[in-house]
Amino acid sequence: MGSEDEEVKLLGKWASPFSNRVDLALKIKGVPYKYSEENLANKSVELLNYNPVYKKVPVLVHNGNPVSESLVILEYIEDTWENNPLLPQDPYERALARFWSKTLDDKILPAIWNACWSDEKGREKAVEEALEALKIFQDALKDKRYFGGETIGLVDIVANFIGYWVAILQEIAGLELLTIEKFPKLYKWSQEFVNHPVIKEGLPPRDELFAFFKASASK
Amino acid sequence: MAQTDLKLLGGWFSPFALRVQIALNLKGLDYELIEETLNPKSDLLLQSNPVYNKIPVLLHADKPICESAVIVEYIDETWTNAPSILPSNAYDRANARFWSTYIDDKWFTPMKSLLMAEDDEAKKALFGQMEEALERMEDAFNKASEGKPFFGGDTIGLIDIAFGSFLSWLSVIEEMNGRKVLDVAKNPALAQWAETFAADPAVKGILPETLKLLEFANALKLKWAAEAAKAK
Repeated sequence: MGSEDEEVKLLGKWASPFSNRVDLALKIKGVPYKYSEENLANKSVELLNYNPVYKKVPVLVHNGNPVSESLVILEYIEDTWENNPLLPQDPYERALARFWSKTLDDKILPAIWNACWSDEKGREKAVEEALEALKIFQDALKDKRYFGGETIGLVDIVANFIGYWVAILQEIAGLELLTIEKFPKLYKWSQEFVNHPVIKEGLPPRDELFAFFKASASK
Repeated sequence: MAQTDLKLLGGWFSPFALRVQIALNLKGLDYELIEETLNPKSDLLLQSNPVYNKIPVLLHADKPICESAVIVEYIDETWTNAPSILPSNAYDRANARFWSTYIDDKWFTPMKSLLMAEDDEAKKALFGQMEEALERMEDAFNKASEGKPFFGGDTIGLIDIAFGSFLSWLSVIEEMNGRKVLDVAKNPALAQWAETFAADPAVKGILPETLKLLEFANALKLKWAAEAAKAK
């Protein structure tokens, strides 16, 4: 459990879903922390010292010890602060949660991201793959309220990109990927996700996020 | 501690399947090994891993677990007898997970590309990437092992499994290119570690023979080249 002497710091990027995952996990656990916004065009000495291998955010620094890579950080947070667990107790259920977290990063998120940024030539195939990926993910939800069951869990947090970012990116790209017609269950989950009292406070403001990605799209 | 409800869908050539075998051996577990040829893929594999259709898959009382890293953690959490594959301290666990992911990302990726590459310039760049990764792993080893034989300390741990499972393939790459990558002069700690790892009882009987793997790799290269020619 945490103590008053502990220092928790997050080096992050406000628009990044990977960075946001760590914010969400810390907020769900009620862990007080300092946030430091990194300018990736001009990386701080701190970032380069704390993450020499990848030089990326997010980095969690706990009592001066750095942890990098969002999934590794989430597991560290889970191991360190035991309240409001993000993972179930049962080893098989835990394995499923880890499988879906990894599959989100390895397969599902890249497919959706590619579709949103695809050019005319690759668009049709990219969209097909994105829709396939969303279907696989929706099937994993079954009839649960959250991927974590009755409470927000690891997979919900790792899927923040789908819960919140996709709506913005697909609008900018002029695509219909996650819609209530195409994926009613997953769409419903996304609404539960963004309306969850802790998650709501932890997500970046929609208008600013829209403007940020719209500007990137124009380049 | 014999178990009769464990099945591993694996392949002798697969470093990822090897990871699971090492973990099962460390825990002293009995299991049925089902060799997949992957051509065609068995119905059991397709049903058990519908997302990726890949090995390894561990079936525990017919419940499938996929992805080698996930399977190894599952084994460690389900069978809590010694040795522990992950450390108990949260920061050490994060370190173990970080380096295991790094290995898949920065070591396996160039290694796989090297197998497929024909171009000398491309190969040179890939060898460079592997050598850089090796330098980092040497440093990581010195920090994690604290003078003990493994990344995991006295016994094989997560990083040992993640990295050690590639040793036979590394020998194949070295053979095919007439070039040493893991060099006792440049990476003395890892060179020693590799020997210790390969000799460990949990690993010894199951490492694929370099010659057999070399044959397999050459056949794979021909297959990929034929597919690439067809695609043009």
